Amino acid sequence: MEISKVLDAKGLACPMPIVKTKKAMNELESGQILEIHTTDKGALNDLPAWAKSGGHEVVKQEEENEILKFWIKKA
Amino acid sequence: MTVKVMTSADVTKKVFNKEELFVLDVRNESDFNDWKIEGKNFDYLNVPYYELLDGVEGILEKLPSDKEILVVCAKEGSSVMVADMLSEAGLTVSYLKGGMKAWSEHLEPVKVGDLKDGGEIYQFVRIGKGCLSYMVVSNGEAALIDATRMIDIYLNFADSIGAKITHVFDTHLHADHISGGRQIAEKTSAIYWLPPKDATDVTFSYQPLEGGNDVTIGNATINIHAIYSPGHTIGSTSFVVDEQFLLSGDILFIDSIGRPDLAGMAEDWVSDLRETLYNRYRELSDELLVLPAHFMIMDELNDDGTVAEKLGTLFAKNHGLNIEDENEFRKLVTGNLPPQPHAYQEIRQTNMGKINPDEEKQREMEIGPNRCAVR
Repeated sequence: MEISKVLDAKGLACPMPIVKTKKAMNELESGQILEIHTTDKGALNDLPAWAKSGGHEVVKQEEENEILKFWIKKA
Repeated sequence: MTVKVMTSADVTKKVFNKEELFVLDVRNESDFNDWKIEGKNFDYLNVPYYELLDGVEGILEKLPSDKEILVVCAKEGSSVMVADMLSEAGLTVSYLKGGMKAWSEHLEPVKVGDLKDGGEIYQFVRIGKGCLSYMVVSNGEAALIDATRMIDIYLNFADSIGAKITHVFDTHLHADHISGGRQIAEKTSAIYWLPPKDATDVTFSYQPLEGGNDVTIGNATINIHAIYSPGHTIGSTSFVVDEQFLLSGDILFIDSIGRPDLAGMAEDWVSDLRETLYNRYRELSDELLVLPAHFMIMDELNDDGTVAEKLGTLFAKNHGLNIEDENEFRKLVTGNLPPQPHAYQEIRQTNMGKINPDEEKQREMEIGPNRCAVR
């Protein structure tokens, strides 16, 4: 998987992880992948729901030592 | 225009007074559908905050101009953002301080009644989650029943009325919320009572609470008489306080009855539940005021915010107490059950002392409604 950008949103509280994700996504081309790290538990439901509403695809998601990681492919 | 802050206590007042409020809930759809702020005259709009990042223009026409608007999210942050945007668009709105987390943890103390020889009984209404706990006060001493983990609220309340907590009870091993009983007992050197049949796996010491136990609070001899009443759990115990109040735990509610399945034994406990509700409780006085450990819907609240009804009235009106046919009763309490409370297995293990999650994790485990009842 080729990752075009990594966004470190650790320690940020809702809504910032998604605000930053949205901003980072705007800088990518369609088909490129953004990797996001966050510690906000709310992102577990919200980030995939946000991606879906924008037509983006969550390619992978995992949790490692309380850090949530998402890989989202831009629509 | 301006952004105002509303606290959980402010919203609770509106619930109790059946006031109008327009709730703009900006959490995701599934969280909203699972659990929200309930009020008899509340209206709702659910639009997730992440759909409003580019602006709120799309929802302006859905917002009323003649009602107070409260923006709500999980922890507060997103509701502040949306409230700011609405304010810039010319509206005056409030956000809920601390979000649904604070709503879940808010306790509103309400006086339920006086004891015969002086003293009072208070109900602590956990409005967001539907949990009820109690403080019986007499002559400078207090007993707590089914306390939540927000222990400072009880400790400060007892302080404010000049009472020392001497006894702490749990009517059963809770599956929907984390008990504060053990911690309060440790802090106040009170005695912590638990029904031994629910406590077989606990990792701490406790005073075994069994049917027939009498405990005296204060020197006005307020009697707490325990009645073994299995059904929700095998150890579930009710109390008659001062020959006036029946604390029914999770066995009998106002408009519903306890579910027997949360410790995995639905089929085995149905007959216990029926025996308790249809025989044991019937031997008690109709005049007892039933004070349950939960409510499920806001209609169960009285006008003053209390959740209480005479036992005789419940025998006449509560559907769960009026099912003649045993098979039909079995069907009601084992089939068609609501979903189980969020994280109920972990909550039970926490209450047994087997796991010790931190506060943030405890909050998360308790998110959502209690779901201890069947209607």
